[in-house]
Amino acid sequence: MADSAADKVDFDLVTPLNLVASEEVDMVVVPGGAGDFGVLPGHAPLISTVRPGVVEVHQGGSVTSRIFVEGGFAEANAERCTVLADAAQLVDEIDAGAASRRLDAAKEAAGSAGDDGKAAAETELRIAEALVLAAGAGGDVH
Amino acid sequence: MAGLKELKTRIDSVKSTQKITSAMKMVAASRLRRAQEAAEAARPFAERMERMIAGMVEGLGSTEGAPPLLVGTGRDEVHLLVAMTSDRGLCGGFNASIVRSVRQQIAELESIGKTVKVLCVGRKARDQLRRDHGDKIVDTFEDIGRTAVTLEDARKVTARIVELFDAGEFDVCTVTYNRFVSAMTQIVTPQQVIPVSIEDEAGGEEAASGVIPAATEFEPDDDVILKVLLPKNLEVQILHGLLESNASEHGARMSAMDNATRNAGEMIDALSLQFNRTRQAKITSELIEIISGAEAV
Repeated sequence: MADSAADKVDFDLVTPLNLVASEEVDMVVVPGGAGDFGVLPGHAPLISTVRPGVVEVHQGGSVTSRIFVEGGFAEANAERCTVLADAAQLVDEIDAGAASRRLDAAKEAAGSAGDDGKAAAETELRIAEALVLAAGAGGDVH
Repeated sequence: MAGLKELKTRIDSVKSTQKITSAMKMVAASRLRRAQEAAEAARPFAERMERMIAGMVEGLGSTEGAPPLLVGTGRDEVHLLVAMTSDRGLCGGFNASIVRSVRQQIAELESIGKTVKVLCVGRKARDQLRRDHGDKIVDTFEDIGRTAVTLEDARKVTARIVELFDAGEFDVCTVTYNRFVSAMTQIVTPQQVIPVSIEDEAGGEEAASGVIPAATEFEPDDDVILKVLLPKNLEVQILHGLLESNASEHGARMSAMDNATRNAGEMIDALSLQFNRTRQAKITSELIEIISGAEAV
């Protein structure tokens, strides 16, 4: 543990329903609420919101997996990076058709939503937009 | 002594009851496996969420000016008790033990002069509490986790709790649910969710004066994060309770139905014995009649 902690980040991605990923990685890039940030070993303690987008896991200089998250929180410190996502799925498994249908539905809902449902509809719209973007770009959103 | 025909009818009826209970046991067993997996899969999130909040409290140093969801309203006059039960019965002491615990909590709180309100999850809590505490029930949720507990179920319950809290309807919220240990054992667990109970909070505050709190950065800033994180935390705790309760329900039903199936088996054996004895007695008495009739000629 002491050896690996020096050059690896203990990365966990969890949703309320399951543990999506738990591994030791070289670097992880998280779509933070105030901009993307990368976490390398020895990162300063940070707690950030996460916007809908793609979490990238880097191993040995290349991206080994891309995971779409629907927002949540991230906590990083010198040894660890934990992402608490509302929902998550692998970018490779996103169904582009379903994603664009979801975007259409979200647009419609956002247009017709009253004051009560407005915030929820806009959140859903942002998630759907990010999902379509992630699906279209094959996860390469940068 | 009961006639042969009556005995036969009883044996048949117990047999068909046994078929039903054994089918219910099978169904509960398969649902239990799924519910248990779901409950276990949800644990890591709850654990990490707790760790993050504990870290934030430590980072904040003082609890002054923190959101009420975290530190409470500063009073503890009105208590909201959330009772998590099932919609359907035939699951042994599952619902009764929750209701008993809630009743006890109500009695204790009222004896020290607090006001109590009850939020029921599941029809059974409402049905059993309605008689003596009907005036305290503020709302009831039904059809939670009929097929499987979802995030939406937890959101519905949480939204209602937050709505009540924001309206100043209560100061302290305690959730009572069955924690799943095994199919045979479920432990009734009252858990305070508002204000957030962090185990070493008192110790943490003491330590904060001596030790420099972790210089954690917040993005965008701590107020914004807490504002989103706390309702999310509540949602996760409710979800956790619902999942545990759901697994416990199926576990309790499985053991109850297993017992019922066994009892029915014993009853069938006893009745069959009685049936055979009666039949023998009848044959014997018929023979005696024939023999004594022949002798008399």
